[in-house]
Amino acid sequence: MSLSQSGIQDGVAALAADPRDRGGAGTPLLRVRGLIKHFGRKRGLLAKASPVVRAVDGVDFDVAKGETLGIVGESGCGKSTTARLIMQIIAPDLGEILFDGEAVGSVALDLTQFRKQVQMVFQDSYASLNPRLTVEDTVAFGPRVHGLRRRAAIARAHDLLDRVGLEPARFAGRYPHEISGGQRQRVNIARALALEPRLLILDEAVSALDKSVEAQVLNLLLDLKDEFGLTFIFISHDLNVVRFMSDRVMVMYLGKVAEVGPSEAIFSRPRHPYTEALLASMPSMDPDKRTEEAPISGDPPNPINPPAGCRFHTRCKMVATLCAHAEPPPHHVGGGHLAACHLADPRSGHPRLVAA
Amino acid sequence: MSSPIVDVERLTVDFAAGKKTIRAVAGVDLTLAKGETLALLGESGSGKSVTLRALLRLHPRSARIAGSITVDGSDVLAMSARQLSRYRGGTVSMVFQDPGLAFDPVYRVGDQIAEAVVRHTGASFRDGRTRALELFERVRIPSPERRLDNYPHEMSGGMRQRAMIALALACRPKVLLADEPTTALDATVQIQVLLLLRELQRELGLAVIFVTHDIGVAVEVADRIAVTYGGRIVEMGRCADVIRGPAHPYTQGLLASRAGHSVAKGTRLVAIPGSPPDLANLPPGCAFAPRCSQAIEACRKTVPDAVVIERGHFSCCLRAQPTAFSPAPATHGAVG
Repeated sequence: MSLSQSGIQDGVAALAADPRDRGGAGTPLLRVRGLIKHFGRKRGLLAKASPVVRAVDGVDFDVAKGETLGIVGESGCGKSTTARLIMQIIAPDLGEILFDGEAVGSVALDLTQFRKQVQMVFQDSYASLNPRLTVEDTVAFGPRVHGLRRRAAIARAHDLLDRVGLEPARFAGRYPHEISGGQRQRVNIARALALEPRLLILDEAVSALDKSVEAQVLNLLLDLKDEFGLTFIFISHDLNVVRFMSDRVMVMYLGKVAEVGPSEAIFSRPRHPYTEALLASMPSMDPDKRTEEAPISGDPPNPINPPAGCRFHTRCKMVATLCAHAEPPPHHVGGGHLAACHLADPRSGHPRLVAA
Repeated sequence: MSSPIVDVERLTVDFAAGKKTIRAVAGVDLTLAKGETLALLGESGSGKSVTLRALLRLHPRSARIAGSITVDGSDVLAMSARQLSRYRGGTVSMVFQDPGLAFDPVYRVGDQIAEAVVRHTGASFRDGRTRALELFERVRIPSPERRLDNYPHEMSGGMRQRAMIALALACRPKVLLADEPTTALDATVQIQVLLLLRELQRELGLAVIFVTHDIGVAVEVADRIAVTYGGRIVEMGRCADVIRGPAHPYTQGLLASRAGHSVAKGTRLVAIPGSPPDLANLPPGCAFAPRCSQAIEACRKTVPDAVVIERGHFSCCLRAQPTAFSPAPATHGAVG
């Protein structure tokens, strides 16, 4: 089963000139297959059976060159673990990550080379900065580790600070506690760009910011994406922001992909009942049309013992006996849109399909 | 209209931070009628949570509170320790953002609720447990008998918040203060808790002050919205009036900068420039003036008074204009 998308060629022309491009425009920048990470699994002969958190449990997706893939889902769905697995901050139990056609960690693409091309911005702008480094030293740190002379690295840092809207003359010598949250997140973005990456993973990067500052940082990210020809993985629980930023959106639930497809299709014609519930849970902005009934009840189940069959069946309004036993595979519903629901597959035998 | 249940006048709260004084609340006036829900909407550092905590006098002794707070006819700032402990939970109670921190981790949740009932009403512990069960059913916790014996860590986030609401309602308060009660919850759980709060408010006739930074959440629960900025309320009015006809440039900016589905992809968001004010160093005039595109010289000198836009809707902006059809009472900004 192939998950490659057609029609996502935006920005590909602009990237064609990138000398680092090895696989060509048609090769996805990132290809993830069968990614699995279980926490708490002990190894060895004497290991007792202990509870295992199935944080990421078989995830496949592609990110095309120059696109923004949004990842949404509730806590415990595995979206942040997926980001950390891609970054190789934690090692996957199983699965394959190809960057521009080459396996990460292989001879052709070792981790040093890979990390120069993939960078990450985290949610907590303060915790992700070293409190004892000034802003310019923070941004220059990566390039210096990768062999740039101090003077050249500082010059690059100043240039980047300028690009992210922090005047170097005012901000270069400050420490993280001397600047505001929005400014700190700009420093984190500048640091992520210092190695001239091709892929930027933004894990709830604007979630901790005040609303009035959030819009500034989103605008900045869009500008930088154009200017540097970047590809984004944008992780957030805020569906409005994901809709605004993303070309394609992937919805995760309890360590699995529930649905993935073009942003407009996901938001206007969701095919998975979980996506529908998630969209219907967004607070209304119209005082005359308040939400009258909660779309689903209960909390997301614990990923330690996820339900058998379809993981969403315990909360799904469309549930049938089939759903408790058979796990629905991702099914193509057209236009590069996949949904892992029996209702999306006309041959699944779901009773509601026969009735319709 | 009968007398308001909560009446706050000229409230200021100062905290000492080394040599500097941080003015977290810089003159807040608000009233709340019985059975009404008011949302305090603002960013971090706008003074919304500090105002809420002042209503329960939860601030450390070092905080300097001035102005007056009258709740259900009593002067809150003059209460003795004994009056205060009867008032907290009895007249006014609070739901916090993180229910995990609000419960004691080493006691069963049911016992903690029963204890509150025993302390306030003098009932037996057995009656307290009965009341706890009744409340658990009320906030619709599944299998409530079993859940009463849970420790807080054994509950999921949404269920803990339901239990927190049960605890807050245990002694039949008249006013419920909710400090970002759904911010830590997942989207599908947040809407359930919002609907529960709305239903309880209606059925028990509670007056609710709901603090949030999320406009959508405010729209879901509030009758009136008060927008806070730099320790003051800059705009207040009926929910629909504020959302459809925001009068203060800050409220206008907040609504315009939302990445809603009306914003076309690829376009830039209309962002408010700059960052929120430094509370240790508030500007002499309007706190929003340095970021405001409509600011004039006078904005930097005087703190603007409230201008009535329409009935029950005011904006603290020198440039605010009352809408043509409303009878404009004499206020400083509206003369002429």
